[in-house]
Amino acid sequence: MSSVAPVDLPTGEGKDDSSFAEAARDTKSGRIKRRLTSPWATIAAIAIAIVWTIPTFGLLISSFRPAELIQTTGWWTIFQNPGFTLDNYRDVLFSPSQSAPQLGAYFVNSLAIAIPATIFPLVFACMAAYAFAWIKFRGANVLFILVFALQIVPLQMALVPLLQFFSSWLRPLQAGLHNLIPIIPEQNYLPVWIAHTIFALPLAIFLLHNFIHEIPGDVIEAARVDGASHSQIFFRIVLPLAIPAIASFAIFQFLWVWNDLLVALIFSGGTQDVAPLTQRLAELVGSRGQDWQRLTAGAFVSLVVPLIVFFSLQRFFVRGLLAGSTKG
Amino acid sequence: MTTADLLGKILQVVMGLAVFAAIVGLLVFFIDRAPKKGRDYWQLVGFLAPAIILLAIGLIWPAIRTTGLAFLDNSGNFSWDNFIWMFTQPAAIRTLINTVVWVLLVPTLATALGLAYAIFIDKSRGERYYKALVFMPMAISFVGAGIIWRFVYEYRAGEREQIGLLNAIVTALGGEPVQWLQTDPLNTFLLIVVMIWIQTGFAMVVLSAAIKGIPAEQIEAAQLDGTNSWQRFTNVTVPGIRSSLVVVLTTISIATLKVFDIVRTMTAGNFNTSVVANEMYTQAFRASEVGRGSALAVILFLLVLPIVIYNVNVLRKQREIR
Repeated sequence: MSSVAPVDLPTGEGKDDSSFAEAARDTKSGRIKRRLTSPWATIAAIAIAIVWTIPTFGLLISSFRPAELIQTTGWWTIFQNPGFTLDNYRDVLFSPSQSAPQLGAYFVNSLAIAIPATIFPLVFACMAAYAFAWIKFRGANVLFILVFALQIVPLQMALVPLLQFFSSWLRPLQAGLHNLIPIIPEQNYLPVWIAHTIFALPLAIFLLHNFIHEIPGDVIEAARVDGASHSQIFFRIVLPLAIPAIASFAIFQFLWVWNDLLVALIFSGGTQDVAPLTQRLAELVGSRGQDWQRLTAGAFVSLVVPLIVFFSLQRFFVRGLLAGSTKG
Repeated sequence: MTTADLLGKILQVVMGLAVFAAIVGLLVFFIDRAPKKGRDYWQLVGFLAPAIILLAIGLIWPAIRTTGLAFLDNSGNFSWDNFIWMFTQPAAIRTLINTVVWVLLVPTLATALGLAYAIFIDKSRGERYYKALVFMPMAISFVGAGIIWRFVYEYRAGEREQIGLLNAIVTALGGEPVQWLQTDPLNTFLLIVVMIWIQTGFAMVVLSAAIKGIPAEQIEAAQLDGTNSWQRFTNVTVPGIRSSLVVVLTTISIATLKVFDIVRTMTAGNFNTSVVANEMYTQAFRASEVGRGSALAVILFLLVLPIVIYNVNVLRKQREIR
């Protein structure tokens, strides 16, 4: 995937970070280099790492402290003012009271939005990428560059007309279907799914195309000679070979959708039935900006999934990021 | 949330996925059984149509329409009012100025910090862990980051103990606590800090990969020539990672221009902290001033345009080489 970004970007792939460092350490010049490394650089690095981590760390500590303690003492005085509790989490997740944040429902919404909104654009983008890479047609280049250029059109340009489109076509259509077949819900995730799918397509097509394009032509040719159709080549050869690219983009897209606020604010309607965590949290900040016991616990509930994804799939995430570093 | 609600939501997702699978299945069927005459053409249409149709109704047509809306007044006549408003009202001008400050500071500082950090930790023991710590904010939502930093900037009046880290430091050093987020123009810079906090990890990871791509011989040759580490940095490292620097700067610039969530969560654009993207939302969806919102979106597009053109040019050259 080294040629994946428009500007030539050495991704450092194939050179595993740690083994690279070890190799450098083992050679003589590596040893000398290490001795020459300034201690000041190390100190600066540690200082930056601490400054970068402390805000999140403070939030985590606070989320486990009782409300009175959060409100009256700093979290760094945890040893002078000890006290741990899970009440904050119980309150934000499960409390049935109407005034409680009831994040449990929104957490489910976030998942219900993010999973399809990851799958839909990936499938369509794979198909389009395959067409751009392996079906010859006139104007392919121009069309491809147009798709690439679209990726940097700000979302803000699309919001108003898209919302009008949804309310004048999609909603009535859905309501009509609901009257015919009651199992089809009137109010659901569909607009958010569609919006995320559209906004993800340009980048997804671009990245997957670059990867699919690299598949050796001989493989595809051989399949064609054997009489395989386009859809057979697509499902049997291209998709399996493109798994690494698909995986890294899937993680990227999942995190992007999970963390999104703007699209959700505009297309979800903001009710407990549809709105994701981010929207509920933003609302809480606006209405209860001083309830730190709820805000800290709530923020951590929303961070848990991205952090799990981040720490367990960091390699893929980094790769997707390096490949997608032109995403706007 | 009741169990019935949960089941209903699961059902919705399953149904959504099933309908989607049916659509894709139909398409594949169509691709396989396309009429003999012009088969290649129909197959191409089958593969491309979903993406192209979605992009046309979801991005191209809306972008054109938004541009149109920007030039309409409330009664639907052509006018320059929205743009005149933007460049004459003090509040709107302030929004534009803030956006310029954001886009000047965030990319440069985040890139500089990311580069410095990448070099400091390069080949050090535990490099992976160092990287993970600074990179972690990338995975956090802007809303989450907003809450984290609101907590750092929290203010307590009078003699009460400060629970916000920043005010605690200030009072420990003998200063008076400050209402950080209400103090203009300081608050804009404090919001910028949050964006830098998030983006530095991105710059660091990309630049670190680029630094590892510089051939060791070049560094060693420079070393033999008796250069000090600063000279090696400016003469070998920086030229070696130039293209990655450009990628990082342009990417962060675009992200910064569109920043919305941070401002929304931390101040909601009050106290003179609004930026174009946030104001666009406020005008179009809160104040029902669709024309003004559209005009702001157009300005955003114009600000991003030079970067688009630059990237498209690079891409076109690359494809010509192929």
